[in-house]
Amino acid sequence: MKSLGSIRRSFAPWNDPAAKPYISFRGVTKRFGDFVAVDDLSLDIYEREFFALLGASGCGKTTLLRMLAGFEEPSSGQILLDGQDLCGIPPHKRPVNMMFQSYALFPHMTVEANIAFGLKQDGMPKPDIEKRVGEMLRLVKLEQFAKRKPHQLSGGQRQRVALARSIAKRPKVLLLDEPLGALDKKLREETQFELTDLQYELGMTFVIVTHDQEEAMTMADRIAIMDKGKVLQVATPAEIYEAPNSRYVADFVGSVNMFEGKVAERSAGSMRIADAGGALTIKADNTADVANGDTVWFAIRPEKLRVSSKRPADVPNAVEGEIWDIGYVGDMTIYHVKLDDGRIVKASTVNSQRVVEDPLTWHDRAWISFAADAGVVLIR
Amino acid sequence: MQGSWSRFNIVSLILGFAFLYLPIVLLVIFSFNESRLVTVWAGFSTRWYVSLFSNQGLLDAAWVTARVAFISATVATVLGTMAALALTRYTRFRGRLLFSGMVFAPLVMPEVITGLSLLLLFVAVNFDRGFATVTIAHITFSMCFVAVVVQSRLLTFDRSLEEAALDLGATPVKAFFQVTLPIILPAVVAGWMLAFTLSLDDLVIASFTSGPGATTLPMKIYSQVRLGVTPEINAVCTILIAIVTIGVITAAIVNKRREVQRLRDEQAARRL
Repeated sequence: MKSLGSIRRSFAPWNDPAAKPYISFRGVTKRFGDFVAVDDLSLDIYEREFFALLGASGCGKTTLLRMLAGFEEPSSGQILLDGQDLCGIPPHKRPVNMMFQSYALFPHMTVEANIAFGLKQDGMPKPDIEKRVGEMLRLVKLEQFAKRKPHQLSGGQRQRVALARSIAKRPKVLLLDEPLGALDKKLREETQFELTDLQYELGMTFVIVTHDQEEAMTMADRIAIMDKGKVLQVATPAEIYEAPNSRYVADFVGSVNMFEGKVAERSAGSMRIADAGGALTIKADNTADVANGDTVWFAIRPEKLRVSSKRPADVPNAVEGEIWDIGYVGDMTIYHVKLDDGRIVKASTVNSQRVVEDPLTWHDRAWISFAADAGVVLIR
Repeated sequence: MQGSWSRFNIVSLILGFAFLYLPIVLLVIFSFNESRLVTVWAGFSTRWYVSLFSNQGLLDAAWVTARVAFISATVATVLGTMAALALTRYTRFRGRLLFSGMVFAPLVMPEVITGLSLLLLFVAVNFDRGFATVTIAHITFSMCFVAVVVQSRLLTFDRSLEEAALDLGATPVKAFFQVTLPIILPAVVAGWMLAFTLSLDDLVIASFTSGPGATTLPMKIYSQVRLGVTPEINAVCTILIAIVTIGVITAAIVNKRREVQRLRDEQAARRL
């Protein structure tokens, strides 16, 4: 079976027409004075989903999250949670909890008291609170730090206290605002997997805001790419990466080579694109709804390109250039190939062998080649 | 050369401190004077402290002052904290600039004017002058000092702490009393102490607004001095200075200890 990406997922309620969305944004707009932070946005999130809002800063993703938590009210539109309209319900009455970017731990309370805070507000009996707090401390492996104050903890420990506090009430939905932003790289990678495991174990719906694409790709079931208050694409990480629906998405997630051109010839399964630079005519799979003469962009990821010193036989697309720069990363090598019209194309190859005979080097002539289905045709 | 003591530095330091503290030091020394004459030293004695405690007039005045200061500082702290909250939280309401200007105007308003205008107000509404009017007047002028102190703390207060409390199910009122207030408490206490001392040593506004039976200590001292300074006055003032000094030093030590402890904890946390 052919599939995008290499991961098979059995959890995909968004493909099931009978599945009911758990959280629904319907035509939500949020204005701050003249500034439109969220612009007529509609979005469905399903129960038990790990959903990521990804975008550059100022794209409206945090505002969206804050509207879900109740700290901002939409200027117009509706937000539904499990069929109930959330508008007008104050934050303390919503069945969602949030983990803040700054963690927002109460500095005057111990770790224990921080975690118990929400439970106390609900009037939970004392023995039950103690039991739940103990569970939470075990879950985040902070049992021996129960009596400490937040300033007596390291950054990673504070992050775990914040997490424990936000899930202590077993909310239906957990909102995470850049939860790993303040951690160093190694800790962040560890925590990413911990969070996914935790979400699976608890069976909660997670909505996470992040500007880190790697974080979103690793953790989320689906990602919404946002720009200027609008959602550009909602899809699984593999779809976002392999089948972006626009140049912005292709460019925002990962690295990409973009060839602008005009549709020259179309047939049932394929098309030819006359590259605007004139260097090549691209043969691509015909998936987009275009007519002859339309301007399109052919987007192709660096790892989908092959670099070789001779033109390989029987490839539909190949173009010649000069090796301009080589970046050796260890697990792979990144080539910058300068085409004869001056454009730079990025190509990366996995270093699957330790010893290479007669490797390509600076200023060598080289051929870039790719298959017809290696890239996507974009119309916007 | 930097860091070394040049002769010029030493001289200016001595002059500066002499200018600040010489009058106070003299006052304290002469409070222990045996003689009735304030300017002639006749040996060490504590008799003026003893006689002070049998001077019913001064004791009454001290009691009035303490009550006025306590009540006015407390009310001013509540009102000033509320004003500071309003000013930092609702940054976009109509007339905010006017409001904040009006809250802070009494800081620079000459006391004579504040006192006189309050007096005119009390006369106009036919309010009998006495304990209540002095207290109200002190609330009026010390409230803005509290507002300034609390506002500067609130500017660095992380709003997301309060949002976290709301998010976890606390009502806005509970969020304020369980999270915001405990965190800004040092500033609120500092504001209270400022208001308390301002009320303790106020003479001008109290003179304008007080009435029979509500003579504050500064008023009493001032009126006695006009009849001639007695070492008793020196003794009262020395006690006042002692109270204020002990208060300031205690606050400083407590603050310093907490700071040191916090730094140590943070370093320990980083080593983990």
